[in-house]
Parts: sequence; C-alpha cells; structure tokens
Amino acid sequence: MCLAVPAKIMDIQDSLATVELRGVTREASLMLLPEAKVGDYVLVHAGFAMQIIEERDMEETEALWAEMNGGPRTVNLETVRQGV
Amino acid sequence: MTDTIQLAHGAGGRMSARLMDEVVRPILGNPVLDRMHDGAVLDTGGKIAFTTDSYVVAPRFFPGGSIGRLAVCGTVNDLAVSGAEAKYLSLALILEEGLAVGELVRVLKDVRTAADEAGVSVVTGDTKVVGHGSCDGIYINTAGIGEMMAGADIAPRNIRPGMEVIVSGFLGDHAATITAARHGLKLPETIQSDAAPLNGLVREMLRAVPEIACLRDPTRGGAAATLNELADQSGTGVLLDEEAIPVRPEVESVCELLGFEPLYLANEGKLIAFVPAEKTEALLEAMRAHPCGKEARRVGVVTDKAPGQVAMKTGLGGIRVVDMPTGSLVPRIC
Amino acid sequence: MGTDKELSLRLLEEIKRLTAGRERPMRLMEVCGTHTVSIFRAGLRQLLPPEVELVSGPGCPVCVTPDGYMDAAIAYAGMGDVIVATFGDMLKVPGSASSLAEAAARGGDVRIVYSPLDALAIAKEHPNKKVVFLAVGFETTAPTAAAAVLAAAQESVENFFLLPAQKLVPPAIRALLADEDARIDGFLLPGHVAVVTGSETFSFLPKEYRLPGVVAGFSPTELLRGIYRLVWQAAAGEAHIENEYKSVVRPEGNPAAQTMMKQVCETCTAEWRGLGEIPSSGLRLRDAYRRFDFSAMRPLDLPPAPPKKSGCRCGEVLRGKISPRECKLFGKACAPEHAAGPCMVSAEGVCAAWHKYGGGVFRYD
Repeated sequence: MCLAVPAKIMDIQDSLATVELRGVTREASLMLLPEAKVGDYVLVHAGFAMQIIEERDMEETEALWAEMNGGPRTVNLETVRQGV
Repeated sequence: MTDTIQLAHGAGGRMSARLMDEVVRPILGNPVLDRMHDGAVLDTGGKIAFTTDSYVVAPRFFPGGSIGRLAVCGTVNDLAVSGAEAKYLSLALILEEGLAVGELVRVLKDVRTAADEAGVSVVTGDTKVVGHGSCDGIYINTAGIGEMMAGADIAPRNIRPGMEVIVSGFLGDHAATITAARHGLKLPETIQSDAAPLNGLVREMLRAVPEIACLRDPTRGGAAATLNELADQSGTGVLLDEEAIPVRPEVESVCELLGFEPLYLANEGKLIAFVPAEKTEALLEAMRAHPCGKEARRVGVVTDKAPGQVAMKTGLGGIRVVDMPTGSLVPRIC
Repeated sequence: MGTDKELSLRLLEEIKRLTAGRERPMRLMEVCGTHTVSIFRAGLRQLLPPEVELVSGPGCPVCVTPDGYMDAAIAYAGMGDVIVATFGDMLKVPGSASSLAEAAARGGDVRIVYSPLDALAIAKEHPNKKVVFLAVGFETTAPTAAAAVLAAAQESVENFFLLPAQKLVPPAIRALLADEDARIDGFLLPGHVAVVTGSETFSFLPKEYRLPGVVAGFSPTELLRGIYRLVWQAAAGEAHIENEYKSVVRPEGNPAAQTMMKQVCETCTAEWRGLGEIPSSGLRLRDAYRRFDFSAMRPLDLPPAPPKKSGCRCGEVLRGKISPRECKLFGKACAPEHAAGPCMVSAEGVCAAWHKYGGGVFRYD
C-alpha cells in the first residue's frame, strides 16, 4: 500500500500545494510536510506530500561503483560505526 | 423545439418528427437519410464487412472527443482492422428524459465531423427516450457496413512465428485523459483522447504492404488484452520489448500516480499490426507518412515459444508475462 | 558512473559473485506489496542467481485485512444513508459472502478515491449522508487518514468517518520471526513505510535477531541496490540496518506525520489475515476522536466470519512458508477473476503478482 511518486511543488495556497509530475498536476496536502516550499521535489502518497526529496544519489552511486570496483568500503559506513 | 428531451420525443408522434427535422437531419442529413424511409437502400460492390458497437462513456465530453466522436471512430475502426473501408453507419440514440437538446446537438455535430473525416454517411437511425434516471444522458449504438479493401486478408490465423508486431503510436492517451479527470489530475492541453478514424491509415498500410497478416485496434483492456486475444487465437507467443513501447511521459505520470500500466489503457485511435519481418520497414514508412501513424514503432516479435502467451523483455533483460487484464481499471494506492 | 541500466547489470554481477557456491539459497523477504509488484514487473527473479531467493511477506494491507472487516464495510455500503469511500484496491476483496463491488451492483453507494481528502470532499458535498472511508494501510498511509480526521474536526465536518484497520509493519515482522520455520536471511525493508517511521524503527532486526535489513526504493536499480547490500552483509557475516533510499528516508522519518498519527491514533491488538491476532500491531482512534470511528458510532451485529473452507493457503503464503504455486487452488480454483483468497485479489497480492507476471521465475523457452 505504498505507491508514492516524486513531484515538484509549483504553488502553495494555505496548506495545499499544486504538484507536477512530467506535465501532470494535482493538488497535494502539506499537512504532513509543513516545511515544504515552492520548488521542492516531494514524495506524494494518497494526496499528501510525505517527504522532501534530497538529491544525494550522485555521491552515493559513485561510492557504490568505487566499492564494486575493489575500492575500500565507504557505502553506509556510518550505520556500521553506529552498530545499528 | 423545446430545450430538453421529453419522453414524447421518442414516442413516434409529432415531437419525434420535429426532433428529426429540426435537430438530427440538419446536422447529419444526406441523400440516403433524407429519404426518411424505414430502411436505407445502399449501393455496395463486392464483399462487405458488417459490425456494431454501443457507446456508454462517462463523461460525455472529454478533451479530444465526445461520445459522438467515439461512436463513429469505434465502428469505423472495427471495420478498418477487418480490412474494410467503412461506407455507411446506422445511429441509434437512447436519450434520458431531461437531457438538454443543446448537448444532443453538440454530440451530433461531433458525429458529423468524425463521419466526414472517415468519409462515411449516417444512413439510418432510431431514437428512444427513457425516463429520468434510466440511463446516463445519452447512449449510442452504431452499426457499420464497409467494403473490403482489395487484397486484404486479415485474420489471427495468418499470424506466424517470426513476424513482427507494430503499434501505430503512443499508447494509453484515451484512458489516461478520461481517468485523470475523474481523479483530480490535470493534464496539459497537448494530451487528449486519441479518438480518430483509422480507415485512411489502414488504406495506406495495405497499399504499401498487402502482406499484413493481422490488424486490431486495442480499445478496452488496452494493448495487453488485444495481444493476449491474438496470441490465443493464433496459437503463437508474442514477445514485447518494454523499451520500444511508445508512451507519452504525461501518460506515464498518470500511470505512476494511479497505479496503472500503459499496456492496459484503452485507445480509440491506435492499431496493432502483425507483419512479415522483411516488410516491417516498408510498413513503418507508409504508416509514418500518415497523420495517425507518425509515431509507429516495432514493439515486438511473434515466437513459437509459450504459445498463447504475451511476454515482455524488461529494460534489464528479464522476461515477464503480460497477462490478460481482469476487471475494470480502478486506481490503486498499493 | 554509467547509466542506471549499467549499474543494475553490474550489481547483478556482484550479487552473483558474492553468492556463488552457497549451499542453501539466501532467503530475502520483502514486506511491501509495491516491492513485490516492482520485482515482478522488472523480471528481477529471473535475473537473480538461484542462490538468491526472494520471498514475499505480508506487505499488502488489502491481503491482510480480515473477512470480518470486509463484511462490515459491505454491510455499511448497503445502508441507504451511507457512502463508502475506498481506495480501488479494496473493491473486489472477498468478505465471507460478498465484496464491495457486489454491494455496489446491488445499489450500494461505493466511491473510489485516490486520497482520504477526496473522501472528506465527498462528505462536504453530501451533508445528508454519512461518508465512511475505509482506512486500511500501513505506516505510510495511516498519517494521511489521521490528517483527514484532523481536517474534518477543524472544519466541523460531522458526516465524515473512518472504518479503521490500519496496521504496523514491525510487529508483523516479529510475529513472522517467532516462527522457527521462517528461515529468513534478511529483509528488504519497505521504503515508503520508512519515509514515515524512519530507518531506525527496524534496528530490532540486527539487535534482537541478528538479521540484516536494507531499506530500499522501488525502481529496478534501487531494488538491486538493496539486494546487493543484503548479500554483501551476509557474505561479510554482518547484520546492520542500511538505508539505500536516502533521498527520502531519514533515520528519524517524518516527525510531523508521526505526531499527527499519535495525536489521533493509538495502537491496539489487530487481526491479520493469515497471521492471526498480533498485539500492538493495529491502530485505532483515540477517545478524543472516537466519534470519527463509524464502527463505534453505528455498531453492527454481524455474525463472526466463518472459517474459510476453500483450501486457500494465503496464510502460509503471507508467512513466506510456501510459494503460491504450492497451493492447490493457485491458477485453477483461484485466479484473479474468481479469487478464493485476498492474495489473489489485490494487484499487490503475492498470488496475483505471481499469476499476472508469470509465476515466480518465468522461463521463456
């Protein structure tokens, strides 16, 4: 039950945002994500913005390639240190 | 003439006559219809094809079309993919008491426009009016008679392993347009129902490549339903290439938002062709020269593996089944 | 760097290298129905080596919703003053004797909505009807229903109600692991649940069960990244929670969503189809919001749902104990158009996914 899609906030009126995904727009409530601003990319589920999307993917992916190519472990190293 | 449809408009008396004379014939009139006899007498040459279909779509008007446009295109296209050039249509209206006559006029004008595009005439018809609440505004039935195009031999049994599968353009525009509106999604104006008569395209295709084995229009149930039917009827397997399937990005967005797959979305102006592999390029060239086939692509091949099944090679090289759709299209959240 | 496709192919190579020569296949369980469907759509099972076995757990909220809940929803749909609003997924789920689709065919007013807020809008449009939203779902969806309740309270909409049956994922994972036969080697953790709960929620897996878990996204590449990290941990003999969906999953999750959920809901014992009753695994409305719970406002006196006699083995499928194909009904007495059990009904259901996308590994030859 977790279909959610990324979309860009185009406009905000009160706590209702207009979000856009490749030309398609819809209203999404910001009740669960009051900090979101116009221009943010957010994850939308069941008509609500659930989280701001942070583009960390580039560095993560680079680290992954490096590790697979025989480099030292860097991926998710912090979780290992914290021992969770 | 009153502003709304009343039961008496379907009762065969003076009101019925006025509806015909003041609303229907001024829009749809032609020499055969204007004779106003109980049956139309038609000139045909050679073999004919005959089909019928009923239209109950809600909403009645949508971007790119209306129930009137669908009622013409659907029937013309059923004839076209049988290899026949539509010539004559019947048009039966079931109207709900209280319908605004202005809406009926809009629908009939769309019928006329689409009929002119397809080069067909409405030569006979019928009107019934049912009580308020007994139908949803307007239901339409059309039947069509078409003349077989020269040399056409179009049937599922002609499909053989090694042949290739072509689609005439972007899939899912019609269903995406209709369902988006129902669920609060706004599409840009460039995305509309694809409802269009395909007889012109089919004529060009058969002229260029008479060897076309089979044609079908992927309406309800989308390309998935059509391909499964044809795989089953021909006893062959179909292997699609996921990356080759033409889908507009906006339609993909609607699918992601509502949990649909483009292959299961209805089309009203697309066709799927099966053709010997050596003729694919010639066919694509002919299709792309026609406005309804500009985005034509080769999307898969016919195989002798997994007969009766449709499979798809995914972007990563995995293969999965594309099953027959079950039930109607409802958005899912899962 | 390369494209997503190059990365995926390389990840597959690494997964093969890391698992080569294993005596027993590594059993990785996904507990999110959207993962199940994505895995099938991408044909991943076929691309993975035989040493990696993907097992589907109770990740589809529709599938774990018990008969009794559907019976109540169907009974409410038959009442003249009620509009039942639901996600499309619930329409064909069988109750003891019928479904919402059949209730609609009998004249019940059942509306498909995309959002709980759409249900609230229907309530405002129809002040003389009671609009009952079927609040199913996991941690991802529960805050959206809580937010709709708060919006209704704020706007004094008095004809909007929930029929609550929301569930929590971690207690279900614990219940699965209590079974000695489960034999799970790691969990592909539900990315969108973790958006709300945060990845920390799953730290009990390594701490208490010494099992690795990786929070994963939903594209084929994201799924392969998750599987790769699980395989990597197994090869290194480690057990951690890793987050491979950092673009939206934070360790602490979404605090606003958690607060809203806690303000409106409290945990309760819940019945899961196939798993039975699990303590603290469900959500119900707190006393202050009880007036939004339609089952409290208009209690039903329904006979308890009779036990299924059909031979349906959904329960074992949901626990990962058997694959759908091992059920005698699969594909014969039970198919999407005439489902015997809920796993075949929901598009996300394990059995439906197996059926639709070609039963586990689809060998194309």
